[in-house]
Amino acid sequence: MSIEWYVVLSALLFATGAMGILIRRSPVVILLCLELMLNAGNLALVAFSRMVGNQQGQVFALVVMVIAACEVVVGLGLIVAIFRRRLPLDIDELRELRG
Amino acid sequence: MSAVSWAWLALLLPLLGSIVVALGFRVLPARVAGTIGTAAIGLAFVCAVGALLNLLGEGADARHHASSLWTYAGAAGLDIKLGIYVDQLSVFMLLVVTGVSTLIHLYSVGYMRSDEGYHRFFSYLNFFVFSMLLLVLAGNFVLLIVGWAFVGFASYALISFWYRRTTATRAGMKAFVINVVGDIGLVLAAFLIFREIGSFDYGTVFARAPHVFTTNEWTVTAICLLLLLGAFAKSAQLPLHTWLPDAMEGPTPVSSLIHAATMVTAGVYLIARTHILFVLAPTAADIAAFVGLATLLVAATIALVMTDLKRAIAYSTMSQIGYMVVGVSIGAYGAGMFHLMTHAFFKALLFMAAGSIIAAMANEQNIDKMSGFGRAMRFTSVTMLCGGLALAAFPLTSGFFSKDEILAYAGARGGMYLIFTVLGYLGAFLTAIYTFRLIFRVLPGRPCREAQELIDTGHVAHAAPRNPATGEQEDTDVGFPGAEHHIAEHSASMRVAMAVLAFLALFGGLIQVPGVDNVIANFLDPVFADSPLAAIHPSTSWSWIGLGIGAAISLAGIGVAYLLYVLRPDAPAALQRRLSAVHAFLFNKWYFDEAIDLVVVRPALAIGRFANDVFERFVVDGLVAGTRDAIGGAGGIVRIVQSGFVRSYALLLLAGFAGLALYFLLSSS
Repeated sequence: MSIEWYVVLSALLFATGAMGILIRRSPVVILLCLELMLNAGNLALVAFSRMVGNQQGQVFALVVMVIAACEVVVGLGLIVAIFRRRLPLDIDELRELRG
Repeated sequence: MSAVSWAWLALLLPLLGSIVVALGFRVLPARVAGTIGTAAIGLAFVCAVGALLNLLGEGADARHHASSLWTYAGAAGLDIKLGIYVDQLSVFMLLVVTGVSTLIHLYSVGYMRSDEGYHRFFSYLNFFVFSMLLLVLAGNFVLLIVGWAFVGFASYALISFWYRRTTATRAGMKAFVINVVGDIGLVLAAFLIFREIGSFDYGTVFARAPHVFTTNEWTVTAICLLLLLGAFAKSAQLPLHTWLPDAMEGPTPVSSLIHAATMVTAGVYLIARTHILFVLAPTAADIAAFVGLATLLVAATIALVMTDLKRAIAYSTMSQIGYMVVGVSIGAYGAGMFHLMTHAFFKALLFMAAGSIIAAMANEQNIDKMSGFGRAMRFTSVTMLCGGLALAAFPLTSGFFSKDEILAYAGARGGMYLIFTVLGYLGAFLTAIYTFRLIFRVLPGRPCREAQELIDTGHVAHAAPRNPATGEQEDTDVGFPGAEHHIAEHSASMRVAMAVLAFLALFGGLIQVPGVDNVIANFLDPVFADSPLAAIHPSTSWSWIGLGIGAAISLAGIGVAYLLYVLRPDAPAALQRRLSAVHAFLFNKWYFDEAIDLVVVRPALAIGRFANDVFERFVVDGLVAGTRDAIGGAGGIVRIVQSGFVRSYALLLLAGFAGLALYFLLSSS
């Protein structure tokens, strides 16, 4: 299979994730969409790595996965903390940062 | 010990005394504080004598020493040491200052006995002596300025000593402000000296000055005029004299020590110390001499009509300092310093006697209300008479020899300087009149109520004191003379101090009699040997003729005063009515206060008001408000973006990255 298929799939996944972040309000779903975008990036990295023929892209993909795991830990921790304080689990309601 | 060690010790002792008394004010009993303060100054006097004996043990030309403890400030081309300069002139001042200060401390022990601020008083007084010694011993212009500013502060603190008295605090501020004007002159002079000569050190400056400057070059004239600004402010010469009469609000020992005997003569010392510069700038020296002459005449005329006992003596002080300024400016250095010494004796004594009488009057200072103290207070009146005779230059008293020596020198210099002799004798005539006016008003006659009470009961009137200027009741709790007043007749320490000074006032002049002995002149002459003017000496016969004229004038003045105030007591009032315009002019002190108010104070206030109303309100406030509004507005715009919608942040982020990617795509193809 040529590289285009992989790149197109990666782009679709990335766009899906981005769209999810922009239109969903639940923090859990937003976190999921974020993971989707990261994995879209990973897919592109691995595909290009195969095409070029060396392993550097794959190493990058591994690093991205570790970072994604960290991010999930922090994100889920935040969500649990919000839930514990009985705040609404809705991104639009949580707007204390308004200037 | 060497002379410089003695001098350092003399400098250290008053400082230690001041610190000990100040820190121990809760612990030390009042008597002990007074003893410590007096002992510190007394020991400083002993050190001064030690320094003198050391100097006398050396050859006349080797009697100058510089010594420094450490470097005060050092930088490229700048080397200021914490150093003193010990020579005949500074040791002479050291002796006069510590000697008179010791006696005045002794007097204060009795006079301030019942004052609540006893410790504070002695701490300030010791600090003053330290500052004054720093001023006279300083080995460079920087330390001179330090001492100069310190005595200014001590003067301020002691004038405002009774700080609940509004007139006293105002007088303190006035003295401080006018003295700061002088300080500025002195500092600028030091800057100019450093720029031209490259050193602040006395030795270097005076050695190099004749090579750096040509006679009457504008820089040396400017330096001398700036030095004179400092000297005039400190020594109360026209037109910077208005603070001195007001300074009489302070306790009488302060008037005696600072505003008669020592601090106000600092200007004379300064001119004598920098005489080499004045030799190079004869124009400035002449200006100084004429200002001194004007001061001595103006002050003498004002003293003729003052009804306030202490203020009249204060004007007399100005007048006598005028003589000294004339002396050291025209070249009669030794005579000027001699007059400084005798004046310290008799003027300190006069103030002490006045303080005793004022205490007996429960702080009333108006001589119109005094009379008959001759019988009521024998000791005080005898000492006052001694001081008065010396001030009026009665033959063979100390003032007689010192004043005439200045005038004889002026005559010997000849030419234009004869004016100083003629007008100086006129001033001496006025001096004799105003001195004996005070004495004849206060001592003889029918005793006033307070004097009668003193004769009858031996008790001092203790009416609730009121401030004569404002009429407000005095606050005796925080110090105002205290619940009780002390007169010399009841206080041994006051009597001792006054007796010693009375002796010195009468006979202190005998150490320098023309043609007989010339102790002071012989001692000081090497300091002034580098001035061509020092070579001029009035011949002994002319000096004695001068003394004869002086004696006649003094006796004539005393006679006029006797005629006016004893034989025909109605005459002064009639004279005052006849010459009411002149009297008003003199009584308002030649309107100097009003003139300064008009020329300096009001324009300054107007500028200040303009700055506040226009500059501050529109320009400064406008700039500040404009900046504030601009930043606030910009912030308001940026705030809109900070909505708190996390998803809108995400959109912005994505759009930004998309835009960036698009840009790179387009630019790379």
